[in-house]
Amino acid sequence: MEWTAPLLADPSLLFGAALLVMLAAILCAIVVSRKLLTSVALTGLFTLVAALWYIAMDAPDVAFTEAVVGGGVSTLILLGSILLTRESAEPVSPSRMVFPAIAVILAGVAILYAVGSIPGFGDPASPANASVGRDYLERTYKEVGIPNVVSAVLASYRGFDTLGETTVVFAAAVGVMLLLGFGERALGDPARRHEALNPDLVEEIDHHVVLRVATKIMIPLMFLFGLYVLFHGEVGAGGGFQAGVILAIALIVHALVFGLSETMRAFPAAAMRAGASAGVLIYAGVGVINMLNGGAFLDYDFLFPPPLEQALSGPDGHAGQHYGIIAIEIGVTATVASGITAIFYGFAGRAPDIASRGASRGPESGGGS
Amino acid sequence: MLEQAASIAAFVGQGLVLAGAIVTIIGSVGVLRFPDFYTRIHAASVTDTLGAGLIIVGLVLLGGGFFVTVKLLIIWGLILITGPTASHALANAAFTSHVKPLGRGDLRQPSASDEG
Amino acid sequence: MLVAAALAIFVSMSLMLVRAFAGPTTYDRLLSVNSFGSKTVLLIGVMGFANGRPDFLDIAIVYALINFVTTIGILKFFRYRTLEVSLSTRRRAVADASGERPDA
Repeated sequence: MEWTAPLLADPSLLFGAALLVMLAAILCAIVVSRKLLTSVALTGLFTLVAALWYIAMDAPDVAFTEAVVGGGVSTLILLGSILLTRESAEPVSPSRMVFPAIAVILAGVAILYAVGSIPGFGDPASPANASVGRDYLERTYKEVGIPNVVSAVLASYRGFDTLGETTVVFAAAVGVMLLLGFGERALGDPARRHEALNPDLVEEIDHHVVLRVATKIMIPLMFLFGLYVLFHGEVGAGGGFQAGVILAIALIVHALVFGLSETMRAFPAAAMRAGASAGVLIYAGVGVINMLNGGAFLDYDFLFPPPLEQALSGPDGHAGQHYGIIAIEIGVTATVASGITAIFYGFAGRAPDIASRGASRGPESGGGS
Repeated sequence: MLEQAASIAAFVGQGLVLAGAIVTIIGSVGVLRFPDFYTRIHAASVTDTLGAGLIIVGLVLLGGGFFVTVKLLIIWGLILITGPTASHALANAAFTSHVKPLGRGDLRQPSASDEG
Repeated sequence: MLVAAALAIFVSMSLMLVRAFAGPTTYDRLLSVNSFGSKTVLLIGVMGFANGRPDFLDIAIVYALINFVTTIGILKFFRYRTLEVSLSTRRRAVADASGERPDA
């Protein structure tokens, strides 16, 4: 079974270097392109290569996040922002490039100067590996009892930071909703939605049978996979954040293929607002329960009252840690899934307004209420 | 006996993976060299179906336990659903937006400029 | 042998990148982005086995899902300049409106 032998150190370094060259080439193409749609497509490529590089660096959790966020959500939100603004970049006069160029060159020189002091990849003597990281690796299984150290650090040791990050996602969703609305305009008048389209396109928009059938197969699979990622985060790569993004992407695909109003009928914007708030509430609520049971905020060992914890855990278990991590991961998933869906509703639902503002005002249909 | 079977399976698996990778390269060369969009879709689909099939069957034969096999089969299923669907959607969109396929005799001019 | 296969897939990804840069139409770019994605899925699988760590396959599944979504999203936007119109219920939407075709 010689195929299980790990790659020698050298080929994998070469591979990393090749991926970095590829990244640089894609970045140049993104910058040079004046058509923003091309830039968005190339951004998707950039994400794929970047995540490959993270995998080559043995960081599956980061690669997972990069794949779901960079590949899925940010591409779609970039499309939404093109929709609300314009499709091609204006040429910039050379005189306006001088100061940014100087800033970039200075930053590049500073980074190159700092490269010399970066510890080697996987160097056991580097500060990150020698003190804190090693400490986590040694203590996690004893204290938290789950095999994925990344999940343990994110959800348990650094639970307070993750609560902050979840709140940031919530705040971002609230900000987008306040700026762009809740997408409820899209529900208004079905005929208006087609006015933005070219009449020729309306005739052929019904031709996508294959796409509809394939999407119907894919969406349940995506939901299932999202739940798998959520509950498997203790053991493998992934966790609440990635699961939330996957669930949101499943909803977004539904909106893309079957129309935003259909999706909003099944998952109303109000439910998304409630979900985003409920997630943060669940997370913070777990912390408060711990305090009521006599522990510190987010100290899951006190999720249950001490006698119950004793009874549930047995001699070497960590029932409080297990259930606490699952509970806050569910909170994170709820916030992220609802928040990203609400952001997409805001972007996509705003478009008819913009389109009809540009054209002459559409005919008011009187009968429809 | 069982060990022998396992080593044969591993050998065949590696061969299939390599064959799939070669098919992938062939498809990419096709995407790079073919003269118009529709022929390029044809070349790209080779990767999605034959290349992916060979590679994934090869990896299954290499054997990595039950869950790894199931995941590989899931990936294969996903590629089999999404690849042709995406190709179809692309071809559909291109055709309805009047990207003309090359006709008889059209190949003269584009190939002259493409080969340069 | 797996390393050779990974190398071959990487080379074919680079070829695909050339097509993505060259265009000429946006459909060509989208085709190569989509095909690049499926090659990435395969490369992750092969790399996982070559490194003796097949548990990276979860990421390959994510890629297979996300790649499809991205292609459909960009395609729909490029074709129809909207993200919210349904691709299926035109007749129902039109009938809902007022019994009148919006483009008549």
